[in-house]
Amino acid sequence: MGADTVRGRAAVVGVGLSEFPEVPGWSHFELMAQAVDRALADAGIGKNDIDGVFAVVDRASLPAAMVSEYLGIRPKVLEGTMLGGSSFVNFLQWAALALEAGLCEVALIAYGSNARSGRVRPGGTVPIPYESAYGARLVTSYALAAARHMHQYGTTRAQLAEVAVAARAWARKNPKAMMRDPLAIEDVLRSRMVSDPLTVADCCLITDGGGAVIMKRADRAKDHSKKPVYLLGVAAETSHQGIAQMEDLTVSAAARSGPRAFAMAGLRPEDVDVLALYDAFSINTLLFLEDLGFCKKGEGGAFLSGGAIAPGGRLPVNTNGGGLSCLHPGMYGVFTIIETVTQLRGEAGERQVRDAKVGLAHGNGGSLSTQVTSIFGTAETL
Amino acid sequence: MTPGPELTYQNYLAAGEFRIQRCDQCAKHVFYPRVLCPACGSSKLSWIRPSGTGTVYSTTVMRRKAESGGDYNVCLVELNEGPRLMSRVEGVPPQEVKIGMAVNARIASGGDEGHFVVFDPAGAAHGR
Repeated sequence: MGADTVRGRAAVVGVGLSEFPEVPGWSHFELMAQAVDRALADAGIGKNDIDGVFAVVDRASLPAAMVSEYLGIRPKVLEGTMLGGSSFVNFLQWAALALEAGLCEVALIAYGSNARSGRVRPGGTVPIPYESAYGARLVTSYALAAARHMHQYGTTRAQLAEVAVAARAWARKNPKAMMRDPLAIEDVLRSRMVSDPLTVADCCLITDGGGAVIMKRADRAKDHSKKPVYLLGVAAETSHQGIAQMEDLTVSAAARSGPRAFAMAGLRPEDVDVLALYDAFSINTLLFLEDLGFCKKGEGGAFLSGGAIAPGGRLPVNTNGGGLSCLHPGMYGVFTIIETVTQLRGEAGERQVRDAKVGLAHGNGGSLSTQVTSIFGTAETL
Repeated sequence: MTPGPELTYQNYLAAGEFRIQRCDQCAKHVFYPRVLCPACGSSKLSWIRPSGTGTVYSTTVMRRKAESGGDYNVCLVELNEGPRLMSRVEGVPPQEVKIGMAVNARIASGGDEGHFVVFDPAGAAHGR
């Protein structure tokens, strides 16, 4: 289970966001380094303290080496496992274990992307030979999942639109979010269709942006200026790479990663105060709420209705505005961690969820291919 | 040395035959072509001729400007033998491709893509 070696053993002591959503003239490594610089300042340590690097950067084939070179450090632990957008949530597991094993003392999880200014389309992977003839794009897989969910459970486009509308309502409380104009269900339904049933408003933004997270062993995490936020559980799962191989398009591997992460944390969905779910598309949020156990399979549409995950609703989800309305470079996963830490520290300003003690950050990668669930808590949850 | 499963599949298509694998050990049908059966792990896989009939499992209309060729269909088809593949249904407008529609396989070719499998509607759509 891993509970003994993970639960409460490591903590986030620093987080940093680069400038976003549009930073022309800045490369992906520069945005990564700006985020790292801010995370180091947040933790009150220097770059030479970092001795573990966990990084994936758009278009970098040796990301951990390149991040280390850029920062001028020679870490003892180098990790760059590519799971797509969930990679950073997955790094939490390996960083926690490396810290617990004494392989390193200060772990850096880092990411940077200039997907918007550099005009880099996300999902630039080697084409699947049996799929390349049909003109599928990244959105296609998610549209196929949404269409199947609608067919199987009667989910409506208006219910999916609730996800985008809630994200926007949260973004309006976040001064840094990219999209802050009001958005109504009708606006989503009337937006330009991209891949039925998903409109452009059901699809994430393409922005620039970097993010960094610094972790230490829990017993060494208290001598920093900010309250440590403890990792309570984490689990990674996969069900396929190409969408044609996904056994049931209405059930993601989050149905397996979620229960494992909760078991490790010794918690249940009803214990979670705030969620950050990787919302590359509106269907993601719906699927993950079902798969992680916040409602029953097939009932996600009804669950979302009436602003349930919007400010003032019963479950705060994607309080920064998410990938749909705040930022989404090539890969969003690191930002789910940063927003969760921000909430559990009580630093979220106007969008702060009151008394947030337990937060869930969930990463998605590829075509719903990789799912990684992490659960964080404040000191009182230990 | 005989070619690997991917090239073997392509060679069959180029010769006008749509073939998929069937595991000699567990009898499961396999697509895409593999060296090992993804169900039981056996490396004894035989090439069979599927019925060519299947059902649309999910479908989308990829929206595209008219000057770039217009909207097109992308779907997942579940073959009667079990495996699912990405494809498109031709012969009807993309928005008329429905989940549950019965379809028949046909080999198409074009451009850089060599030979690939597309589907035609087999008859009236039905739920499943």
